[in-house]
Amino acid sequence: MIEKGWQTSERATRRLKKRYRRERRLKAAGILAIGLALGVLVLLLGSVISRGYPAFVKTEIALEITFDAKLIDPSGSGEAKQLAKGKYGRALRQALFAKFPDVVERAERRNLTQLFSKAARFELREMILDQPDWIGTTQRVWLTAASDVDMLTKGSLPRDVPQAERRLNDQQLAWVDHFEAAGNLRTVFNGGFFTGSDSREPELAGIGGALAGSFWTLLITLVLAFPLGVAAAVYLQEFAPKNRLTDFIEVNINNLAAVPSIVFGLLGLAIFIQLFELPRSTAIVGGLTLMLMTLPTIIIATRAALAAVPPSIREAAHGVGASPVQVVSHHVLPLAMPGIMTGTIIGMARALGETAPLLMIGMVAFIVDIPSAPFDSATALPVQIFLWADSPERGFEEKMSAAIIVLLAFLIIMNALAVILRRRFETRW
Amino acid sequence: MPECSFTGASGDSERVQLVILLIALGGLAAIGYYLARRKLLGAAARESIRPHSMPGYHGWYVAVWCALPSAVVLLIWLLFEERILEALLISSLGPEAAMLSGEMLGLLLNDIRNLAAGDAVSRAADPALLAAAERYGAMRDTARAALLGGGLALAAAGLAWSWHHVAPAFRARHRVEKMVRFALILASCVAVVTTVGIILSVLFESIHFFSIIPVGEFLFGLEWSPQTAIREDQIGSSGAFGAVPLFTGTLLITLIAMLVALPIGLFSAVYMAEFASPRVRNTVKPILEILAGVPTVVYGFFAALTVAPALRGFGNSIGLDVASESALAAGAVMGIMIIPFISSLSDDAIVAVPRSLREGSLAMGATRSETVVKVILPAALPGIVAACLLAVSRAIGETMIVVMAAGLAAKLTANPLDAVTTVTAQMVTLLVGDQEFDSAKTLAAFALGLALFLATLALNVLALYIARKYREQYE
Repeated sequence: MIEKGWQTSERATRRLKKRYRRERRLKAAGILAIGLALGVLVLLLGSVISRGYPAFVKTEIALEITFDAKLIDPSGSGEAKQLAKGKYGRALRQALFAKFPDVVERAERRNLTQLFSKAARFELREMILDQPDWIGTTQRVWLTAASDVDMLTKGSLPRDVPQAERRLNDQQLAWVDHFEAAGNLRTVFNGGFFTGSDSREPELAGIGGALAGSFWTLLITLVLAFPLGVAAAVYLQEFAPKNRLTDFIEVNINNLAAVPSIVFGLLGLAIFIQLFELPRSTAIVGGLTLMLMTLPTIIIATRAALAAVPPSIREAAHGVGASPVQVVSHHVLPLAMPGIMTGTIIGMARALGETAPLLMIGMVAFIVDIPSAPFDSATALPVQIFLWADSPERGFEEKMSAAIIVLLAFLIIMNALAVILRRRFETRW
Repeated sequence: MPECSFTGASGDSERVQLVILLIALGGLAAIGYYLARRKLLGAAARESIRPHSMPGYHGWYVAVWCALPSAVVLLIWLLFEERILEALLISSLGPEAAMLSGEMLGLLLNDIRNLAAGDAVSRAADPALLAAAERYGAMRDTARAALLGGGLALAAAGLAWSWHHVAPAFRARHRVEKMVRFALILASCVAVVTTVGIILSVLFESIHFFSIIPVGEFLFGLEWSPQTAIREDQIGSSGAFGAVPLFTGTLLITLIAMLVALPIGLFSAVYMAEFASPRVRNTVKPILEILAGVPTVVYGFFAALTVAPALRGFGNSIGLDVASESALAAGAVMGIMIIPFISSLSDDAIVAVPRSLREGSLAMGATRSETVVKVILPAALPGIVAACLLAVSRAIGETMIVVMAAGLAAKLTANPLDAVTTVTAQMVTLLVGDQEFDSAKTLAAFALGLALFLATLALNVLALYIARKYREQYE
């Protein structure tokens, strides 16, 4: 590339080579940096997805259960209330011990029943309440397996380690293999993961409660932050006189946008819970706190959208006799709406992923009920992830990763919506 | 962590009452809107003059006057109901109650409240208590009834008063637009109120804290062990609140994060702004920005479950002792999180350098890399410095990564392989849990919050100042 011409000295050529080398080095460093960042992103998503996707299925074991009328419905009345009190755990154990008659020792029998989830007897109860005519018959039913069995079939529990380091002993492994060989073991879609709420048992825990909590929290955030943010931005951009007060408000908004989210949590704790005595760990407090946090984002985005509307629109409206408020509400605001919506969605996406302020206001409780109103105790999806990350049971690891997948899916949907809105309705003036 | 938590004191019937009141207010306002329109149109037709304002403005004028005053009263009442009722209750309990300590009084009030709600209580219900509960219930019922009646009366009065004004010559549009503007001003003041709220709430509790623990001990103390006693006579009950180990831990993790983020962010910004084709730029930039959109709890998960074990395994294989909650893992992942901050803010600063500078340098025979290093980066330096300051402020305030991946034991060390704790991680551990709100332990979290707020505020103001000063140079 560098030819030695008549005008280039030996030294100049060498220097030029060196300069071009430096050029290549800088370029390579840039590509390396971008490659590193992208690589880490892939690693991050890969580690979440590879750990999390097994949680969308669960393991079930089939068993021939005899629904003995003496256990289920001793009074023989057939009323749902009586049926609900039946001894389903006993029925399960009897069926198991009948299947493995040579297991007689107490500890071994306990190991055997531990292959099934603690919820298995409630599943049996549901079946009987659905089909009362099963009483007195023997049915082959599928029951949720315990978390350890679940992890074993998914391969996340290694088999080839000494028994002492394993969650399941050799005998339990043999039983699981026996079930599997007989076609009595299957994995099915785990719908309970989306509808259930938190539980101490990993195989039962779901994100339904957390999703509902996030929904109520974000609903309050949106309902409050959107009108307030748009109103504040309209005032600052369209009406405010240029004076000290306006400057002060602007500086305030810019600073608030950079205040750490945990400080907003402190504010929520001190103002909403201590001063106004709103109930702790509820979606209303979470929503109010996140509203204050999201407000600057919405204000800044709305101002940008308003500023993008050309002055000719305003002048034309003024020219035909519209009042300043009419100019804004009839012309400027509708034209800026796509931009405002985009900014709002991005702000809401940030609020959805926010955890720290919710920890401060106590939305970290272990809550089994699914919240049905903003005043119910609730937790949010990211907080649920944090809670499961804290749990010692290994079974929660895949639940947590699966919850992250759901969270990321929501964020991707929201951001994609923002991009589509922008592409579809953006006007180039 | 609380095992279970309680729903608010407001029961279902009260909520229903509230909803009824709100619906009634809305209905009255709608009626007002309709009546005003009808009156105006009728009058205009009778007197055959053109009204000053469109009928809708008259309608809105009446509707606002109808709904707003009682809505404001309602809001204020809801915010302070508990406090007013409590004060009334205490005064009705007589002098013995006033002598009780704060905790005992709180317990007593709680019992009375639960009794009134028909819930279980912690003590035997003696007649005096029952009477108090009855009084409390009666007071609350009276208050609610008064609120319902008063609110509706106020709304009706507002409606009648403003409806009286409606006439063709009445300048309703001006009135309504004035209200709109006033509402807009109020909305924009929310930001100021929030700032004031943050400062007051943090400052107030911090002052409370510093009255227990001297400021000097907090700022310069080398020991941090915030355990306070559950019983009076417990050993080691004093607790130590020297925050220096937290500050150094925060700085260590921030330093590691910046060491990761600064080169990667800066080099990728330079490449994207100066070397990449528009197509590469338009695809890579949004992908990099995904890193900024990933929730921090996900980074915490990544640090705790992927990066930390990997680092530990690697350290063990080369004979280094790496703590399982090492500062390095938390810092590195935090660095990844702030890459997009540095890259996109630096990118903006680089793009803002005038073309003439760039072209002048190239025309002099400089290579592109020489132009970047010797002309563009110096010109963009203020913007890049501002980006770094904002990134540092972001790293200091980051919570979830350190809560999940950094340690909890405060340790004064500069070894990145050791476990350290940070200001934000301590704030979370101090406040998550059922603690007495006034204990030094919870108040310490507010003192830490004050330090955090001031530090990030200073960094943000400095960054804004530098960025602003730079902008003036080329205009």
